[in-house]
Amino acid sequence: MRYKSLTITSIFVLMAGVAGTAFTGENWGKYAAGEKRSGYTFMTPETRAMQDDDFANPAFLWVEQGQELWSKVEGEAGKSCASCHGDADKSMKGVGATYPVYAKELGKLINVEQRINQCRTERMKAKPWKYESSQLLGMTAYVKNQSRGMPVNPKIDGAAASFFERGKAFYNQRRGQLDMACMNCHVQHPGKMIRANRLSQGQPNAFPLYRLKWQKLGSLHRRFRGCNKQVRAEPYPFGSDEYVNLELYVMWRARGLPVEAPGVRM
Amino acid sequence: MATKPRVKVPQQVKKGEVFEVKTLISHKMETGLRKDKKTGALIPRKIINKLIVKYDGREVFKADFHPAISANPYMSFFTKATKSADMEFTWVDDDGTEYKHTAKINVN
Ligand code: HEC
Ligand code: HEC
Repeated sequence: MRYKSLTITSIFVLMAGVAGTAFTGENWGKYAAGEKRSGYTFMTPETRAMQDDDFANPAFLWVEQGQELWSKVEGEAGKSCASCHGDADKSMKGVGATYPVYAKELGKLINVEQRINQCRTERMKAKPWKYESSQLLGMTAYVKNQSRGMPVNPKIDGAAASFFERGKAFYNQRRGQLDMACMNCHVQHPGKMIRANRLSQGQPNAFPLYRLKWQKLGSLHRRFRGCNKQVRAEPYPFGSDEYVNLELYVMWRARGLPVEAPGVRM
Repeated sequence: MATKPRVKVPQQVKKGEVFEVKTLISHKMETGLRKDKKTGALIPRKIINKLIVKYDGREVFKADFHPAISANPYMSFFTKATKSADMEFTWVDDDGTEYKHTAKINVN
């Protein structure tokens, strides 16, 4: 299929001019694990400086909101997260490094956002938060922040195995009018420029993160939707099974990188 | 998200020392240039247009903000420790609302 490779080549030719592989050979310390590199290492020094300082990182506005909500009683059961989970820095440690996980009661994978809403609806008898609402983003960032620095290490065997395989297949499947798979960008061309962005390896370890373009915090599924749309493919809904399976696959790709949530990106 | 100021100052400073003050306020900073996707009408401008900082009652920092400034604007500056006193921060919104915050400067 000749026209396909032509489309792809022309996109990356555009990139090549500005590209340069300025970052090879640098020592990225904790932001790299073997060949894997966090999206942090592809950012400009200015953007990295914002992430380095929790005060300058605007994502912490959401983390603070999550922290406040942690001990707020809501719902008919008259409980807050803290009523059952106590101090988040102990009870939530590790969650951000290991999710999504297989949920027996549902017979499928769930991610942190969905686990939080499961606790709200089933255990607090409260309304679930909408995906991408500041409450759900804030609580997810707060929960994942308790694992900051821990190596990403999700479980992909046992009951999770078949979902992992589906996520992997999604990652390598060409789609959209441009007929490109995730791997065509994030495996084959990291380091190159694509329009105004420097392509990274597409690692998920800093989500939810503050994107300067969004001017707010956004979830990993928002990023998936953006990446689907930019090859002119139909995006899947937030929290869809397809995206949760994909989330497990990209978390597995990131194993060994530290949880950065909440990061800052261009 | 509700508008909320954050300020960071050192816990202790020596008299005469120059120290950094960091500020951040959550705000959408609506530029007035965006259109409502459904109606096509311009969304009215609503930004923080000023930050004024007083230390011991005296103005030590002032900035005018314009529509190109990002959401959740961060601003930091340096000033000199004179005496233990309050530092008062006022952000002024286009709609006239003033968001205020006070930080204690401890000079030894
Ligand atoms: C046409 C190229 C392209 C394709 C195809 C693509 N992406 Fe991306 N992706 C980008 C660009 C550009 C960015 C922003 C810069 C960067 O971090 O790479 C990005 C960013 C990301 C990020 C954020 C990384 C970070 O550290 O902030 C993730 C995660 C991601 N992509 C996952 C995916 C997944 C999953 C797919 C497949 C559904 C996909 N991408 C398909 C171009 C692409
Ligand atoms: C009535 C008690 C109760 C309340 C209230 C509650 N939870 Fe839970 N939560 C649980 C139980 C029990 C589990 C363990 C479920 C399991 O392992 O199958 C759990 C599991 C979790 C997990 C997954 C932990 C892990 O290690 O996998 C997260 C994250 C979580 N809750 C977040 C929250 C948040 C955020 C709130 C408040 C919005 C909340 N929970 C409110 C009882 C509660």
